[in-house]
Amino acid sequence: MGKAFRYGDNVDTDVIIPARYLTTTDEKELAAHALEDLDPTFVERVKPGDIVVAGKNFGCGSSREHAPVAIKGAGVAGVVASSYARIFFRNAINTGLPIIECPEAVAAISDGDEVTIDAEAGVVRNETTGEEFKGEQLPDFVMDIVKAGGLVEWVRSKNT
Amino acid sequence: MPSTITEKILARAAGRDEVSAGEIVTCKVDLAMANDVTAPSAADAFRRMGVPDVWDKHKIALVASHFVPAKDIATAKLMTRMRQFANEYDIEHFFEVGRGGIEHILLPEEALTLPGQVVIGADSHSCTYGALGCFSTGVGSTDLGAVFATGEIWLKVPETMKIVYTGAPGEWVMGKDLILSVIGRIGDDGASYMAMEHTGEGIGHLSMDSRLTLTNMAIEAGAKSGIVPPDATTLDYVRTRQEIMGRPNDFEVFHSDEDAHFDKVIEVDLNTVEPMIAQPSLPSLSIPVSTVERRKVDQVFLGSCTNARIEDLRMAAHVLGDRSIAPTVRLTVIPATQRVWKQANEEGLLDLFASAGASVSTPTCGACLGAHMGVVGPGEVCVSTSNRNYVGRMGDPTAQVYLANPAVAMAAAVAGEIVHPDEITSAPAQAVLTGG
Ligand code: SF4
Repeated sequence: MGKAFRYGDNVDTDVIIPARYLTTTDEKELAAHALEDLDPTFVERVKPGDIVVAGKNFGCGSSREHAPVAIKGAGVAGVVASSYARIFFRNAINTGLPIIECPEAVAAISDGDEVTIDAEAGVVRNETTGEEFKGEQLPDFVMDIVKAGGLVEWVRSKNT
Repeated sequence: MPSTITEKILARAAGRDEVSAGEIVTCKVDLAMANDVTAPSAADAFRRMGVPDVWDKHKIALVASHFVPAKDIATAKLMTRMRQFANEYDIEHFFEVGRGGIEHILLPEEALTLPGQVVIGADSHSCTYGALGCFSTGVGSTDLGAVFATGEIWLKVPETMKIVYTGAPGEWVMGKDLILSVIGRIGDDGASYMAMEHTGEGIGHLSMDSRLTLTNMAIEAGAKSGIVPPDATTLDYVRTRQEIMGRPNDFEVFHSDEDAHFDKVIEVDLNTVEPMIAQPSLPSLSIPVSTVERRKVDQVFLGSCTNARIEDLRMAAHVLGDRSIAPTVRLTVIPATQRVWKQANEEGLLDLFASAGASVSTPTCGACLGAHMGVVGPGEVCVSTSNRNYVGRMGDPTAQVYLANPAVAMAAAVAGEIVHPDEITSAPAQAVLTGG
């Protein structure tokens, strides 16, 4: 269970991790600037297990994989959004950041609510209100990559 | 079954007779590209995948573009990691600083992206290559590492949004205005996960340079890819580039069947498209320049993979003429590739810009992503020919960035505020767009 950090539509990868920090690929260094240009207080306030909840087209813009890496590195347990930009979606799956697409849950979660997610089952629970939502089911092919623990492990498993 | 050009290309790459939108398929990749920001992580991911060698050292392109020439020690280290990977695996197409430029302009010049191919790039603007009639899309580094290892990628076959252009573009109207007006209509996620297919007789009026701008910004509408079905202009361009580069590779030309399924069809009458400007801080906030509020400008950036080809520089030079840059404006000009830089130099354009008071630099992404060479400060107003005006994209989060074509950008540099190019000069501009 974690606290919801609630944001709007079109949260782009430039605000998730600004280009001025792309001079490193280190997860901890990136995490120190997660969401900095959207919410400068995010990094101070976020605790391990918290959830980012946002509107449509989350992660649009640049293909930088540093974006899901920074969010995950900051301790976020997962993202619930109304929809995802496609490159971010792939990057999150590949790097093991749990994501759920569920507009109904997004509409019913306020900033600061306590939220539990089960990304494999696609279930979002708002513990504050007691409501439960079922998100979009991932295609089987994509689920295989998630279950393998990310794309690196998935390719490894095919080659051994 | 009737198919779209995108379905046909993906079927070919998947070794299938046909595929249809919505299916997940595994495709063979014809070219895999990464740059200095994405290649180091792609190389790391590849190494962790436990395969002894890359799938094909001739089909990987690594391009130094974003933080070059290295802007600090950290970025020098990123470049070193890319260079080491290129050496270790003997990558044929490695483009060092000074020998390449921005990948999305460079690879078509190099005749490495061809009609009918599947091109996968670890950069979101990899959709640009679709102007040549190939399927091309951007991915993250780990996805690209997997392509290095296997030569394949899984893709969901996209639905297609067909955009039909009729009529002919008017004065000052370039590829940028077409795509900005489309994004203004459909929104920043208006083509989410789709292929944007640009068709219709109107496309015949567009130069290759303008078409590359059109497909470059597919991602700003959330699209997976942008594509222009090959016509005489495409084939002429591709064959010329192949000949110059000595790369007589075969390619296959595909077209959509008339009765193929298009998820959405929109029409654009080019006669009604005006020079556009996207207001801060989304590309979809685009309106005709003639209706925008006049505003003082601090910086103008003429560069990026969207609008720094030779046509763009010629158009900007046409507006500039023998005028000077307004004393209150900083103009930065960054030709996209070494080839564009040299040609602009030969044509006297760089001298013209420099004499008018512009800073003219070596090819790099630079200011486009707020990296270096023209980062904008707090509260500053910038007109940029690039593709993104998101908060903080070009520097301080309180800066206000407008996106426009090179004629509109140069008009702002001369006037010191956002104006229509007609206010600067009435010399006819369409001739600039059709020349070689
Ligand atoms: S010029 Fe800008 S948009 Fe184009 S590849 Fe470089 S950083 Fe990306």
